[in-house]
Amino acid sequence: MRGARHARWAAGAAAVALVATGCGGGGGSGGSDSGAVLSASWGDPQNPLEPANTNEVQGGKVLDMLFRGLKRYNPETGAAEDMLAEKIDTTDSQNFTITVRDGWTFSNGEKVTAKSFVDAWNYGASLKNNQKNAYFFGYIEGYDKVHPDSGKQTATTLSGLKVTGDRTFTVKLTQKFSTFPDTLGYVAFAPLPQAFFSDHSGWLSKPVGNGPYTIQSYTKGSQMELRTWADYPGDDKADNGGVTLKVYTDNNTAYTDLLAGNLDLVDDVPAAQLKNAKNDLGDRYLNTPAGIIQTLAFPFYDPQWNKADSDKVRKGLSMAINRKQITETIFQKTRTPATDWTSPVLGKDGGFQDGLCGDACDYNPSEAKKLIQEGGGLPGGQVKISYNADTGSHQQWVDAVCNSINNALGNTKACVGNPIGTFADFRNQITERKMSGPFRAGWQMDYPLIQNFLQPLYYTNASSNDGKWSNKQFDQLVNQANSETDTGKAVQTFQKAEEVVRDNMAAIPLWYQNGSAGYSQRLSNVKLNPFSVPVYNEIKVG
Amino acid sequence: MGRYVVRRLLQMIPVFIGATLLIFLMVNVMGDPIAGLCGERQCDPATAAQLKKEFGLDKPVWQQYLTYMGNVFTGDFGTAFNGQEVTELMASAFPVTIRLTIVAILFEIVIGITLGVITGLRRGSPEDTGVLLLTLVVISVPTFVTGLLLQLLLGVKWGWIKPSVSPEATFSELIVPGLVLASVSLAYVTRLTRTSIAENKRSDYVRTAIAKGLPRHRVVTRHLLRNSLIPVVTFIGTDVGALMGGAIVTERIFNIHGVGYQLYQGILRQNTQTVVGFVTVLVLVFLVANLVVDLLYAVLDPRIRYA
Repeated sequence: MRGARHARWAAGAAAVALVATGCGGGGGSGGSDSGAVLSASWGDPQNPLEPANTNEVQGGKVLDMLFRGLKRYNPETGAAEDMLAEKIDTTDSQNFTITVRDGWTFSNGEKVTAKSFVDAWNYGASLKNNQKNAYFFGYIEGYDKVHPDSGKQTATTLSGLKVTGDRTFTVKLTQKFSTFPDTLGYVAFAPLPQAFFSDHSGWLSKPVGNGPYTIQSYTKGSQMELRTWADYPGDDKADNGGVTLKVYTDNNTAYTDLLAGNLDLVDDVPAAQLKNAKNDLGDRYLNTPAGIIQTLAFPFYDPQWNKADSDKVRKGLSMAINRKQITETIFQKTRTPATDWTSPVLGKDGGFQDGLCGDACDYNPSEAKKLIQEGGGLPGGQVKISYNADTGSHQQWVDAVCNSINNALGNTKACVGNPIGTFADFRNQITERKMSGPFRAGWQMDYPLIQNFLQPLYYTNASSNDGKWSNKQFDQLVNQANSETDTGKAVQTFQKAEEVVRDNMAAIPLWYQNGSAGYSQRLSNVKLNPFSVPVYNEIKVG
Repeated sequence: MGRYVVRRLLQMIPVFIGATLLIFLMVNVMGDPIAGLCGERQCDPATAAQLKKEFGLDKPVWQQYLTYMGNVFTGDFGTAFNGQEVTELMASAFPVTIRLTIVAILFEIVIGITLGVITGLRRGSPEDTGVLLLTLVVISVPTFVTGLLLQLLLGVKWGWIKPSVSPEATFSELIVPGLVLASVSLAYVTRLTRTSIAENKRSDYVRTAIAKGLPRHRVVTRHLLRNSLIPVVTFIGTDVGALMGGAIVTERIFNIHGVGYQLYQGILRQNTQTVVGFVTVLVLVFLVANLVVDLLYAVLDPRIRYA
């Protein structure tokens, strides 16, 4: 029985492999194995797969294979490089003239023109389309008309966008924003074919883009088969025949499948398996820095947490957290203790400053105790760290952080975790300003710019400023940085703004998160980009 | 008989309404689901307001419930947050879970009843003690332990099966998950059958049958087993509903995209439409299974009549 079963599965596997090579055979250009298809783990995207409506990694993963925008972030350095943009000209950092490169088409044959971009952006910004990334277009003139905060929209297109030629269009912003061109690699700014507008539901069931892959079949909620697009005009053609994305409910199952040879690539190694991953996979285990930082935010709307000396309490709490020990024991070095409020993937030139936080981020129990006492003690005698308990093994580290604080302060009741059932409820309580103590705040960058790590999180009333921290000096520095025409100067000004965050300890930086992945022996040249997404088109099979 | 069935069907209506109302309220108590859709940032108020309006969340709960029930009776179960119709989700999820349940029930009937009969007939024998011990172990070990252990041994160490089930979820792929899902109930079925058989073995009609000189297998299958099956059938019948709804753990371990998976995701995303829709169907399954069980009594024991 055992033997017979074996043979049947082997035959099945061989048949699958044959079919796979048969399908991808036409797509290969270089290398003998470029027709082979790999399988990779996936999660069910939360929102419909529209570029301006996808704000999480799983949907982003697919769109990254399906679309190429004006800019693309270098998979290794994260630098924004021209992709479909021939040039982006500006003299005042407010009016931009964008020229689209010639020779690009969508995989259905339609040409990519200036109109493909302008239509897509207008769609994304328009309130009636319910696009969750609409605010990315918020700097473009006329946004307040197509997407008012309340009431009906009075226009359907952004007045700041004008098609001036087949391949050129102009963008007018409401304020100076020197790094605007570098944000254009974000998926919300992708071009869209006419089919998206004319046959929307048809497009959603099988999206068509202009990237290196096309969708062969898509079974919602379980599997998507992507195949290499033979006529892809870009120079980052896929080195494999395609990718089959399989939806896993539990990343533990995906990891087991990888070990059993049933899956080629897992891009989220479960926390419980991190200990074994090195042994199980050897050098087929990746652990690379990603643009993700975890912090503890504070409810500045609560007067208890917003007293004159509260910054001392926050600094004291920060010094009571033994980041090194937690990252090593719980996260098996897949996190690095944070020493600033950005991410190492930005690089020195991009604004990352190793050690900016200084002593305040070093574990120092006696100083911690002293500072908290000077700041008037913990509000209510106890801190409750709130987190959502449904995903991401947050409970483990929150408990560890609390332990560390309790030990440092010599009080077993100084800190407790406060689990909240679902992410939606957690976000709800944050939005409704119901937090009574510090809470988990994670930030994954949208694009690798220092601006993205500071402005959305700490600017007055910014969309992710969950603690409602507000500081005039910080706001002013950010405005100044955005209007700087020179990128180097802009970065320096942002760094000054970051120092304001540090001096006030607006949030406690915990650690930088790495992306982790494991892959089978069939694969080579597997990398994770700074967004912790595998660079699928560079993976070689065989 | 006919009147009895009609009466039972009518009784289902208040149960059905009560159950859906409870589920609807429970999901609503968890709060506003829109906040979870925008990642680690606040939804912009205009889009949030519009989404709420589209999903009917801006209305009071009682009105939401009435609209929902009205739509359900016309076959419209609403739309999930990812834009898919809930009926579409059901069409993909229920066949898979039904197959899984069938496999599990078959295991319960074939293995459970066989073991029960063997041990019941030979009480106190080494086989009996062995099976009793085994069932004790199975009952006390949680399903996820059995599941993960079998997955690791059969899937990774020995390579007999694939650790996860493909989207097609064919019967052959569902054998191991079905066994895991059935394991605890299987142990109960064994024990129930054993006790029942052991008790009835000493009854008058069995002695009469043996005295008449009937062959042993006929005594056991026609007389003894048939009369001993009533508690077992009750258990298996109610288990159908429990298996379908309780497959969340098994479905997660083996990555089966069935009802458990959709419910789990629906709960995480606080998607009222998905959760209420699926639970409604599960409630119906449960009610129908119970009715079928009651009717089966009459088949098994002619003394029971319904009027």
